[in-house]
Amino acid sequence: MKIHEYQAKEIFAGYQIPVQHQVLCTTVDQVAAAFDEIGEAVVVKAQVLVGGRGKAGGIKFCQTKEKAIEAGKNILGMDIKGLTVEKVIVCKAVDIKDEFYVGLINDRNTKSVLLMVSAEGGVEIEEVAKTNPEKILKIPIDPLVGLQPHQARSVFFEVMQNGKHVQQAADILVKLYKVFVEQDCTLAEINPLVIDADDKVIALDAKVNFDDNALFRHPEYEAMADYDEDEKLEVEAKEKGLSYIKLDGNIGCMVNGAGLAMATMDMIKLYGGNPANFLDIGGSSNPKKVVHAMEYLMNDKKVEAVLINIFGGITRCDDVARGLLEAFSQMTVTIPIVIRLSGTNAEEGRELLKNNKQLITAQSMGEAARKVIESVKK
Amino acid sequence: MSILINKDTKLVIQGITGRDGGFHAEKMKAYGTKVVAGVTPGKEGQNINGVPVFNTVANAVKATGANTSVVFVPPGYAADAIAEASEAGIKLVIAITEGIPTIDVIRITPILERNGTKMIGPNCPGLISPGKSMVGILPTMIFKEGNVGLISRSGTLTYEMVNQLTTNGIGQSTCIGIGGDPVIGLHYIELLTLFQNDKDTEAIVLCGEIGGDAEEQAAAFIKEHVTKPVVAFIAGQSAPPGKRMGHAGALITSGSGTASEKIKAFEAAGVRVAKEPADIPLFIKEALKL
Repeated sequence: MKIHEYQAKEIFAGYQIPVQHQVLCTTVDQVAAAFDEIGEAVVVKAQVLVGGRGKAGGIKFCQTKEKAIEAGKNILGMDIKGLTVEKVIVCKAVDIKDEFYVGLINDRNTKSVLLMVSAEGGVEIEEVAKTNPEKILKIPIDPLVGLQPHQARSVFFEVMQNGKHVQQAADILVKLYKVFVEQDCTLAEINPLVIDADDKVIALDAKVNFDDNALFRHPEYEAMADYDEDEKLEVEAKEKGLSYIKLDGNIGCMVNGAGLAMATMDMIKLYGGNPANFLDIGGSSNPKKVVHAMEYLMNDKKVEAVLINIFGGITRCDDVARGLLEAFSQMTVTIPIVIRLSGTNAEEGRELLKNNKQLITAQSMGEAARKVIESVKK
Repeated sequence: MSILINKDTKLVIQGITGRDGGFHAEKMKAYGTKVVAGVTPGKEGQNINGVPVFNTVANAVKATGANTSVVFVPPGYAADAIAEASEAGIKLVIAITEGIPTIDVIRITPILERNGTKMIGPNCPGLISPGKSMVGILPTMIFKEGNVGLISRSGTLTYEMVNQLTTNGIGQSTCIGIGGDPVIGLHYIELLTLFQNDKDTEAIVLCGEIGGDAEEQAAAFIKEHVTKPVVAFIAGQSAPPGKRMGHAGALITSGSGTASEKIKAFEAAGVRVAKEPADIPLFIKEALKL
């Protein structure tokens, strides 16, 4: 789960990590008032859950109130990579002496929280990782003792000259690690961490992602969520035990298991079709889930045909068949549905569905994919 | 022969009194797995269809000589259960539980390393050495004893692959679902090593998916160290970036972790990559000249 910069900074402030005073605005009038409150040059920053805001024109330095108003007008409502900007923050413009990248992530390879620090602050770190990977210092943190102050000092002595700056930066880093583990993050990033004209080290930006698996420990995060339309569907589906991601094709898919669901989408693509979604009905065999899954597929107006691919393990094919029959009794389905049942109770499942004229059956994944694509072409 | 589990596997089921634990205990027993104990704190002395229940893994090990554990404990308690097994001297833990916070797994990793405990999972279907033992939730009827080892990040996709092999008359030595989470226990390289050294495994199927760079590492390792034929499949070629495809670890971030990069890495290492699951048995037959 991603949160906005302003929310991440609120969390940082709670851990005494130095951040700027920020004014959150949803209207141009509020931006103007924020300028008056701050009383000198400001930065207006789009609050949107996607990277590359700066490049897209979502961050503007404003010397005057007029400029701030203009920036507010331009940025509020702006589209950045498909997301509409609904909020901005206004902060005092900072005179930057130097800037750095600081990040913590859960790392698959070292099986640890990995600390990354770079003197290349303020730019997209992924770019640095591609072009100059040696410019990113990486240190795996021992999870049993946590990030030690001496580790923080050592890494900053690599990139900073002044011991006073190092002391402040190390203090921030130790606190950032505390945020990371206590708040169950998958990413906690300060980019840039800056030294200002008064030699103060501050977190000028903040990026935090929470671990979806840990949300049960943090009921308070729900109020922080800001989902777009597609994500709302995903979250709602999750509550029903489904893993659903809407795509832009015309062939709806219903599959059990994430890997098989991906492979089914791939197969549709391979045979020249276009999947409308990823949909994993999960491991248990509750017929209700199949009804809910059919609702999602039928509500997507782009869907012209459906491919159901079930390999029964814990999921029983007869339960899927029962769910389908229940769905048919509750909704009018006029588009072709290709179904492939294999594994646990496949025979029983096929038996239950044999009188349904609407269903096209297939023996294998490949056959199912070919048939569903054919049905769309007709 | 087989790897990790065999006829000598003595299994303790952590969370045996839960719905999933109890259900799959019966399935494993029916397949012939030696289920010697169950653990649920506070329920020592109970008996679940002939399996004695203990309060702690240590008690279970002491009383029964259990050497392998399978964890069905809910996400909030699962990492603790895995660590408990490790501290009790269990050398192989299979963590089925889906949804364990990643930091919890990271936190117990040094404990596993210190005790020399191997972990499969979490968020995995377990493993099977056909005809010998099954630990996990795998549908046993699709497997067949034989000489092909299989490693997969997925559950049902594994079944699809195995079914392709079995219906084409190709049996398996051991099949392992390593789990769909970002941070997991044994990964491709450790398992490829075990299969390479297993005299009854003649070929290996590796079934990967998007996210991370474990497949790229596996490709480099195969090129250097694996002499047995390996065929691969990668799921998620049509997955959009930035979306978690069901598995917590199946995520393309900033253009890395894509299927095409992984396929390229395998092909560069001389590993044939199947375009669809149905190609797998054909590739294996060609590789083994069957």
